[in-house]
Amino acid sequence: MKGMYAVYRKEMGHYFVSPVAYIIVAVFLILTAYFFNRLLALIIQQSFEASLESIQGGGAPPFDVPSLVMRNFFGIVSTLLLFLTPMLTMSVYAEERRRGTMELLMTSPVTDLQIVLGKFFASFTLLVIMLFPTALGFAYILHHSEPSAPWRVLGSEYLGVLLLGGALLALGSFFSSMTESQLIAAMLTFGAILLLWVVDFGSQAASTALSSALDYLSVFRHYDDFTRGVIDTSNLIFYLSFIVLGIFLTVRSVDSMRWRRA
Amino acid sequence: MIEVKDLTKAFGERTAVDHVSFVVNKGEILGFLGPNGAGKTTTMRILTGFLPATSGTARVAGFDVFNDSLEVRKRIGYLPENPPLYMDMTVSAYLEFVARIKNVPAENRKARINDAMEKTNIQDKRHELIKRLSRGYKQRVGLAQALVHDPEVIILDEPTVGLDPKQIIEVRHLIKSLAGSHTIILSTHILPEVSMTCDRVVIINRGRIAAIDTPANLTTQLKGGQHVRVVAEADQNAVCAAIRELPGVRRVSGEPEGGNGLVAVTVEAEAGQDVRSQIAAKVVGKGWPLYELRGVSLSLEDIFLELTTEDSEHASSVAN
Repeated sequence: MKGMYAVYRKEMGHYFVSPVAYIIVAVFLILTAYFFNRLLALIIQQSFEASLESIQGGGAPPFDVPSLVMRNFFGIVSTLLLFLTPMLTMSVYAEERRRGTMELLMTSPVTDLQIVLGKFFASFTLLVIMLFPTALGFAYILHHSEPSAPWRVLGSEYLGVLLLGGALLALGSFFSSMTESQLIAAMLTFGAILLLWVVDFGSQAASTALSSALDYLSVFRHYDDFTRGVIDTSNLIFYLSFIVLGIFLTVRSVDSMRWRRA
Repeated sequence: MIEVKDLTKAFGERTAVDHVSFVVNKGEILGFLGPNGAGKTTTMRILTGFLPATSGTARVAGFDVFNDSLEVRKRIGYLPENPPLYMDMTVSAYLEFVARIKNVPAENRKARINDAMEKTNIQDKRHELIKRLSRGYKQRVGLAQALVHDPEVIILDEPTVGLDPKQIIEVRHLIKSLAGSHTIILSTHILPEVSMTCDRVVIINRGRIAAIDTPANLTTQLKGGQHVRVVAEADQNAVCAAIRELPGVRRVSGEPEGGNGLVAVTVEAEAGQDVRSQIAAKVVGKGWPLYELRGVSLSLEDIFLELTTEDSEHASSVAN
């Protein structure tokens, strides 16, 4: 536990003494702010047109602007995570391997699992820090919008984005532990996430066992329910098992360094 | 404190460490001496739990390095060949991290960090970023890292690399002062370092132990008898034959010296025999002008070369 905390502290220090964390968080916030702005303008315009129609034809359904904005916004956040998580995780092991500091960690009285968990929680904390300002914004919106969208929808959306982000970070850490090159780690992570995103492409049409399996593997498919405010246990289990698998594979990969290093 | 028995490590076809056995007693400084690639680093990495051995056992403070790795790692301070430094950290932040990861309790941490910095003489750089330090300072931060948790066993892989002569002397003094309360293994390919700092020396070559003894014993034992160098003006074969007849002479070899008729003869005497006066009498008695006659003391360097080349000759003859 202490060892894990020591690794966690060091990783957090590393993110914040170097410009890495600030740049990633700033890029994320600028992009999300821009998308939020455009989304809001678009949806307000649509609701305006809808209300015009309802005056003319009557009986148009009421337009829930806050919910629509939130749902679309979190769709965009998931796309941004595809690009940003490889950058968050690419250095976690690759850099330590290249610099030889892995030798310090691996000859210290900490287990491989403590090293891996310390690093995972540090990158996860950075994800939380990155998302936190957007949550403030939404809390403000929900507080002032009339009628307000239910708070638990916002909660489920954040739960979804954290689970998705956690899964992608676990995957990225694993790829980083396999190489000494940050670039290779980032490329492999990006490719793998992209593949997991499009793996269900075209499988809706067919209904074979293979297509439903591919369907299930798509990391973003499980995310949709969360953005609608639905917390489905199967989705929870999917992400949690994805994270556990990623951490397990990383531990194996770290352990394997002992056996192959010449 | 450290017992190594039949330790073997193979990387695929290549055997880096081949049935190595030795014991290090508490408070002792053991030197690992050998050419680059002899297996020093690999042996150290096995002791620190970084690499698993292919076969054989190694125990540190009674704990097996593989089965009780965490217990061993608690008791070891290790400076690898390349100091494991985080370039973006300041010296004090780095040492704080190492103290935490090595389980130094919070109440002792500050004192331990200060002590390690004082011993390695880096207090004035405590707020510098490690990447801005010179090679010598980086090496000393690496050394401080190995001391910060006051480990029972300290393993140093080439601790004086990259230091200037003054710093090398300081580090040697530091290592000597650590002995007694700590058990130390250090590796080097610099011979004087071993004779100056170590209580015992392991000479290792091609993964095998060529010799284990105190530096003094190694010198006398391997030197065997006295070596004498004679330069005279005479026929080479005649001089060699004349000297070979003398009692107490074991081996004689000659070669032309300079090219103006001088011959240099190297004489190896039996152990405990002083043959210098007899050689002088013989040469002068034969009427050959004697130019030089002196005892040659075999340095650790010669012993080292002798042992390591003998070993490789042996290996190649086996291969043939």
